[in-house]
Amino acid sequence: MNSSQATTVNPTTQKIRAGLKKRYAAERRFQFYGMAGISIAVIALLILFVSIGSKGYTAFVQTHVELEVFFDEQIIDPSGERKTDELSRADYAGVVKATLRARFPEVKNRRDKRQLYGLISTGAAFDLREMVMTDPSIIGTTQRVELIASDDVDMLIKGHIHRDTEESARPIKDKQIAWIEQLEEAGAVSTPFNERLFSRGDSREPELAGIWGAIVGSFYTMLVTLTLSFPLGVAAAIYLEEFAHKSKLAALIEVNINNLAAVPSIVFGLLGLAVFLNFFQMPRSAPLVGGVVLALMTFPTIIIAGRAALKSVPPSIREAAAGLGASRTQVVFHHVLPLAMPGILTGTIIGMARAVGETAPLLMIGMVAFIVDIPQGISDPASVLPVQVYLWADAPERAFVERTSATTMVLLGFLIAMNAAAVMLRKKFERRW
Amino acid sequence: MFAFQEKKEEAKVTQAAQAQEAEVIPVPEEPPVENKVVADKVTVHYSGAQALFDIDLEIPERRVTSLIGPSGCGKSTFLRCINRMNDTIEGCEVGGTIMMDGDNINGNDIDVVELRARVGMVFQKPNPFPKSIYDNVAYGPRIHGLASDSAELDEIVHRSLEKAGLWNEVKDRLLEPGTGLSGGQQQRLCIARAIAVSPEVILMDEPCSALDPIATAKIEELIDEIRENFTIVIVTHSMQQAARVSQYTAFFHLGKLVEKGLTEKIFTEPDDQRTQDYITGRFG
Amino acid sequence: MASEHIVKSFDEELSRLDNLVATMGGLAESQLHDSLAALIVRDVALAEKVVAEDRRIDGMEEEINDQAQKLLALRHPVADDLRLVIAGLKVSSDLERIGDYAKNIAKRTQILTDAPKLGTSNSIKRMGGIVESMIRDVLDAYLARDIDKADDVRNRDEEVDALHSSLFRELLTYMMEDPRNISYCTHLLFVAKNIERMGDHVTNIAENVIFMVSGHRPEDARPKDDETPFTLVDSESAVSSV
Repeated sequence: MNSSQATTVNPTTQKIRAGLKKRYAAERRFQFYGMAGISIAVIALLILFVSIGSKGYTAFVQTHVELEVFFDEQIIDPSGERKTDELSRADYAGVVKATLRARFPEVKNRRDKRQLYGLISTGAAFDLREMVMTDPSIIGTTQRVELIASDDVDMLIKGHIHRDTEESARPIKDKQIAWIEQLEEAGAVSTPFNERLFSRGDSREPELAGIWGAIVGSFYTMLVTLTLSFPLGVAAAIYLEEFAHKSKLAALIEVNINNLAAVPSIVFGLLGLAVFLNFFQMPRSAPLVGGVVLALMTFPTIIIAGRAALKSVPPSIREAAAGLGASRTQVVFHHVLPLAMPGILTGTIIGMARAVGETAPLLMIGMVAFIVDIPQGISDPASVLPVQVYLWADAPERAFVERTSATTMVLLGFLIAMNAAAVMLRKKFERRW
Repeated sequence: MFAFQEKKEEAKVTQAAQAQEAEVIPVPEEPPVENKVVADKVTVHYSGAQALFDIDLEIPERRVTSLIGPSGCGKSTFLRCINRMNDTIEGCEVGGTIMMDGDNINGNDIDVVELRARVGMVFQKPNPFPKSIYDNVAYGPRIHGLASDSAELDEIVHRSLEKAGLWNEVKDRLLEPGTGLSGGQQQRLCIARAIAVSPEVILMDEPCSALDPIATAKIEELIDEIRENFTIVIVTHSMQQAARVSQYTAFFHLGKLVEKGLTEKIFTEPDDQRTQDYITGRFG
Repeated sequence: MASEHIVKSFDEELSRLDNLVATMGGLAESQLHDSLAALIVRDVALAEKVVAEDRRIDGMEEEINDQAQKLLALRHPVADDLRLVIAGLKVSSDLERIGDYAKNIAKRTQILTDAPKLGTSNSIKRMGGIVESMIRDVLDAYLARDIDKADDVRNRDEEVDALHSSLFRELLTYMMEDPRNISYCTHLLFVAKNIERMGDHVTNIAENVIFMVSGHRPEDARPKDDETPFTLVDSESAVSSV
């Protein structure tokens, strides 16, 4: 616009111009506040991820020591009959010890020998047994085997234990360090991927501990939660939104559902303890009970999200269907529900994501036990991921520190994936009327 | 003979001769019609407030009857009484009788679902289902069980789309969503959907108000064509549309029926002053 | 030809108007023909038939008025559709007047049965013939929406006017020659005037056709050659015109 035309500006335009500067300034300020808020949130999040990640990433590898193992028939199968139960009960720990003695023949002292044996995890014996049971023909042969190192060695190799601290201040002794360094020079020390973490259940030994049991436990618990809360929640939402008459009773129900969504989760745990465990005598620590308790928690979330989604379906669709002669049920199930489904699913996924991370109610119903076996069904005792984090956070062994952080990373990974799925679902099915 | 005497005789004979004029160019005569729907003392209350006062109106069979009147006069309310759509509004009470083929539609023992299959409705804003074009038209026949197999259903869909003048435009894309059509096409799709259940009466609530003039003209032509088979009641804001499209007109004002009759009469010499004031634009 | 309206019933109603005008025009043309034929051969029965038939023309004007009113009220036409309806209204009124003039001529035939055959028959026959063909052509122009044809018709009125002027002088001369001719010649004067007026009405129709098709009236004034307002015949059998 030419400034030369500004000579005859009408008074209204002048007034508007006078106020423009302030308005734009206010808008810029608002934008700044928004950006600042988001930045703070993002930074906090980044700090969280970085601190957990930095502590936990080392847990994804596990130190192994490669040694020449002689599968001594004398120890394993003295009778030579290759009987399964005899093979199964053989002293494989002895084989490990013999291997170490063979590697470091200079160690004679009994105390030194104990320190030597402390280099390799007790779990290595079970690995050797697995090898023999799978293929008994290796008896009598010498194989190169990667044996799991003990947790102290693992910590040393990963740098969590510093070699130059005082000997009395560290769990690993000088002689052990010397032996380790010898093995390192020989190239026998390696840190492959820690697949035990994702295939084994909990254990007292950190190097043998895995979260697979907790993952399976979480899965079964979520299965129960979903199976119970989704159909009931959707049905309740449909009834409340479409069929219930607007009455005082309906208003009362609505208020109560909203309150239910805000009840502290530990209260649900107490409910589970008192009713399901004590009254119904359901199995303790089972995903069944955990699932039921979490279902009660997720139920109101699904109802609220479901009602909002149903409300958002435009009345023109309902009228069109009703005008054609569809009954009320047909209108809801043929037209309204399919259109509300993306919203309902989004709400469900968010509710489930919350349930995955819940700890307090599950502690109350006993899913805090030390469970080693992988649960096979919903009534087997199990643990869940957040409870596993809680248990390991309490453990004294230093190696559990990194594993706690690693488990947290896995849990966060699941949550991010579930929320991302919710966002994608919503975007994909968003319809234009 | 003197001129003035001749003139008097002429005047007497002219009237008789005019009656014979029909043979020269015959006026398209409307054969006598039965009434399809008869409303008697119909009243409507919305949560206590009365919206319609003692409406007596006859809807002739296989003709187009238009309901006109200013905003809020109750014409849409009356229309929705004919297919009991007012039932879906909480707090709405409908009184009086509405007879259709000997049954009182407004009675308690009428199956509303069945009624709505006999009385179809087309709404102001085109509202196709977010399904394919085929499924839109097939929905009504499906839920009422009108087709015994898929071939019969295909036939019903084909016929309905043809009658609605939409077949040639969509025959190659029946599986595409109905919401992808233009406004005028969507409204014709809604008409096809209503026709598919073979109703006896079709109610149209301002069907063209969201459409451009060409789409409107196409729908008016469609109405002209389908009125051979259906009784049509149309509510319209546009008096010009009522004049173009209908054979009978009823003028509503403040919840009362002011005048009803042949469209030609209402728009050339209405009986009631209020009617004349409305259609000439002397009051809104 | 213009294309059809989307709503076919609109086209049907417009063509009904056309048909009415065409039929009315045909009637008027045949009325003129019959009235002049009756005059020239002194056929009283035919003349009475013409008088009776005029009612039909009046009835058709009523019908055209009704149809036009219906079109205006119910279809609210614009642009060329509107001009069509307005033209139809005006044309029917002109045709009705033409019918009236034909009836007037037919009435006078009854009186002129005993009159001597004067030399004017041929001129009257010629004038009537021209007007008859003008009516035919203007109706064709109306139905075909043909401006050029309408213009041509407009120009032919000049000849009708010229014939009227000469008939006027001739009849004045006959009247001055023999006072016994005065009654008959006066009636013949009126007959001639009627035919001349019919020509004017046909010209009106032609101008309405031009208006209907193009949207405006013809710019040039219509050609006129009617000298009768200025004609005087004095007692010395010389004929002079100012």
